[in-house]
Amino acid sequence: MKLNDLERSMLAGELGAAAKSALEHQIKVGDFFGAADFVPVTQAHIMADTESLGEPGIAWLESLAREQGRVRVPTITDPRGTDFTKVGVLKHPGWIVDMERRAIEAFKKLGVLMTDTCINYQTIQAPARGESVAFGDTGVVIYANSVCGARSNYEGGPSAVAAGLTGRVPRYGFHLEQCRRATLRVRVSFTPKVLNDWGALGGLVGRLAGNYWTVPYLEGLERVPTSDELKHFGAAMASFGSIAMYHIAGVTPEAVEPSLPVAHRIAQAEVAALQSAYAPQGEIDVVVFSAPQLSLYELRELAALCDGRRFTKPLLAVTSPQIKPDADRFGLTKRIEDAGGHVLAGMCFYQSYAREIAEANGWKRLATNSAKLVNILGGYGYVPLLASMERCVEAAEKGRL
Amino acid sequence: MIYTARHAIGQAVRGQALVAHDGFSARYDLDRIQGVFSRPTHKLAGQSYVGRILVLDTAKGGVASSWMLHEMATRGIVPLALVLNSVNPILVQGAAFGNVPMLVGFDGDITAKVPHGATVELDPAARTLRVL
Repeated sequence: MKLNDLERSMLAGELGAAAKSALEHQIKVGDFFGAADFVPVTQAHIMADTESLGEPGIAWLESLAREQGRVRVPTITDPRGTDFTKVGVLKHPGWIVDMERRAIEAFKKLGVLMTDTCINYQTIQAPARGESVAFGDTGVVIYANSVCGARSNYEGGPSAVAAGLTGRVPRYGFHLEQCRRATLRVRVSFTPKVLNDWGALGGLVGRLAGNYWTVPYLEGLERVPTSDELKHFGAAMASFGSIAMYHIAGVTPEAVEPSLPVAHRIAQAEVAALQSAYAPQGEIDVVVFSAPQLSLYELRELAALCDGRRFTKPLLAVTSPQIKPDADRFGLTKRIEDAGGHVLAGMCFYQSYAREIAEANGWKRLATNSAKLVNILGGYGYVPLLASMERCVEAAEKGRL
Repeated sequence: MIYTARHAIGQAVRGQALVAHDGFSARYDLDRIQGVFSRPTHKLAGQSYVGRILVLDTAKGGVASSWMLHEMATRGIVPLALVLNSVNPILVQGAAFGNVPMLVGFDGDITAKVPHGATVELDPAARTLRVL
């Protein structure tokens, strides 16, 4: 890779051992993809729950801190592995809490801002069109590329940390104009109304697209989706297909009608079929709204559905630390918790030791409106059920879908 | 037979291939404590991946694999190497961070060419996969 003077200084260790090792890591990745050089980024976002890091990952962060590593651009975090105020609800043992505290301390020493959110485009700062960033959550990346027109690859934890420390990323993939053009044309004849349908549609497109380098172009939607709808749609597409960018005709900023034949047609029946592939009904142990974290508007809708109910099964609603104070201030948290639910902040269910939570609480059959969550939790031993927010809330009351 | 990849990273290794036309994500697909594929719908469900060379179609899912390969490597509960038709940046970043050899991108479907259970040799410097 071609390096400029600053990058050569970093590589020579003149800006510290942490920046040097970070750049070395980035050069390995850049060389793999044939990157010509680096592109400066304005912000970095790190996925680093401690289930993923494990002890070795935390020790690595601590070593960077000991080496006086310091981020060069605003660097924020994805959800953590617990909500410290709800450890009892989750039944997280002390070792999980200790791991989280160690990781947080190390991040703070590196100058990382502990935002703990996977909806930073709704709560912190959405990037502008053409802005190069280093985002570390698939749902965040696909939203930034597709809806904002910003530029990011999936920057996994170690690479997002490296991007924060160096202020740059290798120039390949979605930093290049030619990788951002549509490669798969999909016509839909069904415009979803509820979030689980948007997620299921996204999951279906992700499954059809198949891999990271495919850029779907969708046509046929009958209205402009909201930010929350695009959040569920993109997060599921990224989860099911590892997709980093899509276009929607007349909606997303870089959508240009491609000279491609329509490769797939999706009707309501296909979206319903994806959902019914998960357990569509029966007893449930827990209801979870998470993945992505809930916006203020989702919490508002949830609070309205909770009014006048008394839950017989646990209901967990997970939001960001930026949204939670407003939810408290507007009385939404109280309305949800008066019905027996719990509003958690700064974590995400699947990033919070989902297997250990299941064993500690006896949770197996989990109802959610998140297509992303049902796609993930099968590997953790859950039987996930995908349904609307309304049906999930009813299930928390009746104990079954 | 020798197959040449378009992208490579890591050290040369030799081992037994575990082959399936399916995806790979450390978080979605694995029980990383037991060292087996745990997603019920995965074509390798129930099989141990420890010390095996995984020959699979593509990277799936989220970003956790970038940390998890490193964590798995430190416990020795890790694939010996990864061979894929295509990959996302996450697995490459994870392979670089966890020192897991990887070959990616072949002429044709590599999962259809390598027999399940075959002994194979990877040479990332030469970008080659040899079926012994």
